[in-house]
Amino acid sequence: MSALLDVDKVTVRFGGLKAVSEVSIQIHEGELVGLIGPNGAGKTTVFNLITGVYRPTEGSISFAGRSVVGHRAYKVTARGIARTFQNIRLFDSLSVFDNVRCACNMHLSHGIAHALLRGPGFVREEEGIDKTVMELLGIFGLAEHRETACRHLSYGDQRRLEIVRALATRPKLLLLDEPAAGMNPTEKVELMNLIRFTQEKFRCAVLLVEHDMKVVMGICQRIHVLDHGKKIAEGTPEEIRANPAVIAAYLGKEADHA
Amino acid sequence: MSEQLVEFLQQILNGLSQGAIYALIALGYTMVFGILRFINFAHGDIYMLGAFAGYYLVEKMPRLLGGDPTLAKAAAVLFLAMGICAGLGILIERLCYRPLRSRPKLTILITAIGVSLFLENGGQYLFGADPKSFPEIIVDQAFEIPASWGALSSLTILHSQVLVFGVTAVLLFVLRFIVLHTRMGMAMRALSFNPTAATLMGINTDVVIAFTFGLGSALAGAAGILTSIQQPSIDPLMGINAGLKAFVAAVLGGIGNLPGAALGGILIGLLEALTVGYINPTYRDPIVFAVLILILLVKPSGLLGKSTAEKV
Amino acid sequence: MRIDRGQIILLAALVVFGIASTFGGSMNPYYYDILIGIGINVILAVSLNLVNGYTGQFSLGHAGFMAVGAYSSAWITIAFGYVLGTSFFATRTSFVLSLVLGGLAAALAGLAVGIPSLRLRGDYLAIVTLGFNEIIKGVIQNAEPLGAQRGLGGIPLYSNIFWTFAVAAITIYVIVSLVNSTYGRGFLAVRDDEIAAEAMGINTTKYKVLAFTLGAFFAGIAGGLYAHFKQFIHPEGFGFLRSVDIVVMVILGGMGSTVGVCVAAVLLTILPELLRYVSDIPGLPAWMGQIADNRMILYSLLLIILMITRPQGLFGTARLGRKK
Repeated sequence: MSALLDVDKVTVRFGGLKAVSEVSIQIHEGELVGLIGPNGAGKTTVFNLITGVYRPTEGSISFAGRSVVGHRAYKVTARGIARTFQNIRLFDSLSVFDNVRCACNMHLSHGIAHALLRGPGFVREEEGIDKTVMELLGIFGLAEHRETACRHLSYGDQRRLEIVRALATRPKLLLLDEPAAGMNPTEKVELMNLIRFTQEKFRCAVLLVEHDMKVVMGICQRIHVLDHGKKIAEGTPEEIRANPAVIAAYLGKEADHA
Repeated sequence: MSEQLVEFLQQILNGLSQGAIYALIALGYTMVFGILRFINFAHGDIYMLGAFAGYYLVEKMPRLLGGDPTLAKAAAVLFLAMGICAGLGILIERLCYRPLRSRPKLTILITAIGVSLFLENGGQYLFGADPKSFPEIIVDQAFEIPASWGALSSLTILHSQVLVFGVTAVLLFVLRFIVLHTRMGMAMRALSFNPTAATLMGINTDVVIAFTFGLGSALAGAAGILTSIQQPSIDPLMGINAGLKAFVAAVLGGIGNLPGAALGGILIGLLEALTVGYINPTYRDPIVFAVLILILLVKPSGLLGKSTAEKV
Repeated sequence: MRIDRGQIILLAALVVFGIASTFGGSMNPYYYDILIGIGINVILAVSLNLVNGYTGQFSLGHAGFMAVGAYSSAWITIAFGYVLGTSFFATRTSFVLSLVLGGLAAALAGLAVGIPSLRLRGDYLAIVTLGFNEIIKGVIQNAEPLGAQRGLGGIPLYSNIFWTFAVAAITIYVIVSLVNSTYGRGFLAVRDDEIAAEAMGINTTKYKVLAFTLGAFFAGIAGGLYAHFKQFIHPEGFGFLRSVDIVVMVILGGMGSTVGVCVAAVLLTILPELLRYVSDIPGLPAWMGQIADNRMILYSLLLIILMITRPQGLFGTARLGRKK
């Protein structure tokens, strides 16, 4: 089965620094893959490369068989790749509902003229979006916060909202950037269930960057390990746990979450 | 040597002395941007206040500063005006910008616009909107170029032009010394690289920022005096145009980069002189703005600047 | 067929303005002047609010677009005003056409300004838009057919309460309807976080350019209305200070609140007139009277105090940009 996402020997240079060097990652439909590594290893950079924020200096990235290199980020999203951010990037001034609604923009069939004339087609589409957004919010337990300003949400709720928002773009691949950061153990267990649930219900592949080993080992089918911009290992959670190169890379870093 | 070449040299000379003025003002913009990442819209008006400070100093202290122009008196006016402007700059920062340091950049930008308008209109109210004639503090005349230099002898090199360039050079040298060889200068540089780390290293941010504003404002004040020596007609709105051009100069050189500001100033001064001399005086301002737009499109980090990307 | 509530309000407003306009002739000319001024300022403020408030692009050159519209429509009226005939109906039709064409010319200018500005943020964008304003002014000052430095006069008096407030109502309707649709939420997303917006499939370029173009269009029509009211226009009236006037309205009203900027537009149109009366109050110290005469001193203090105490203005709720 050919890969859904094929990152092939991708390198990106910033000035003289190779932030990511000849990294190859393949993700198949419906897979749950982890991307781990010490701080500064280049994990978020890989995300940025996949989603079009950065352009690779070398190598290729293709999604569903077509290259995504050189496309603007919004076009990459249209292809079916959505993401969340390491430092939550919600639309601060908007309500919970509107945050998700914005992600429905790309599937709109109406434009300016319709928004002004407000014919029956427009009304129908807006009602449809309303329904879709409320369904999504309901699934993730945020329906009652519909009109709340998203900056008033609890931290955990904000992280969940970011995931809901990403899902509203109907992705085939969801990139989650440290979704467990700042969560307590209970929330982390909930998150693990949420991610598995998302993967099944929405039939999307998930690429997860995470520092918490319990979360990663707990839900990922395969794991890639980066260190200093290079991939140093790939395999199942058991293989990775036993891999000497991985242990060496993490050596000295207190395993407070193994 | 042909007449056209001499004409060209004349324009270059004019451009250089005007460019020196822009350089002095541009340095203030760039220093403040370097440590605070914001454009002090009101900076150009400090330049205007420098000119008026000089004007009123001479008017209010006729025994000390009035009468026959001498270099000593001119120097006194210069230093006093610089001091007054430094104080004003520090005061404005303390009152209007410091309370907003943790707010979004846009808030401070709008405040700076407000301060600028307040200084301009307040100036019009206090000083009167009509232009005033800056008193003669040096005897300005052209250098006598011996006829043996041929066509070059038709060049007009004024004492004031040489003075402007000379004073600017001295001030730039002093600035460089401060920035590279003093502890305060080191603190300024540290702050421009990483404000958080600088505070953690025990640097008193407030003092450094105040110092930077004071320094930049002093230079702008000097520019105000130097301009008034060459063009004695001063008015409360003179800071708008000069300020904008100096800002373009700072961007051209690379905002945040000190040598860049100086270079940018000279280049803008030359561009202006050449436009006025060879194209059309009315295009002088639009061309400078066109340069700004061009630079921001082609190389936003300016000639000498380094680009920094936003961390995603 | 269901008619949207906003459309009903708009139609009702147009009828009201039509009726009100018939009383215009019997109004005190001084108050009439202020009223038209309010209408024009509302259009300017609401259109700028789309750019600055809803899309978060800090434009300081709105007066430039007003100038393009003013001069374009004035020139068209002067050159072609009687092509359709000299009857009331004919001249008013060509007036509307000239307004629209002026708006389109301004929209083109908005496009020209918006596209290069795409990669610029905050401070830089503000200065560049200011630069464009000055360039537009510079071009007009050098254009002989437009009267250059002498100004352009002889513009017939076509603007009245109906036209001015009808356009204001339409401007408000267009912008509010747009922003309150899912499509229009894109503007707000671009304002709040461009990178996240792009990641959510929103073409930020399209929205920024659209905001500039649409905002410029209405500013251009406002310019046309202004030209056909004052009957004489001069490049100095469309410079940085005029742009600041409009920006203060948007900031005072609250960036991102159409209601707010309308209220602010009304307030700030009336304020200079009120201040004129202040200086006439007997017994008031002379300096207070003089400051009252110079509204820019008060405006600038207002700006500074607003930013320090209440940056969201009267009605705004949005924060000005990403938190640090």
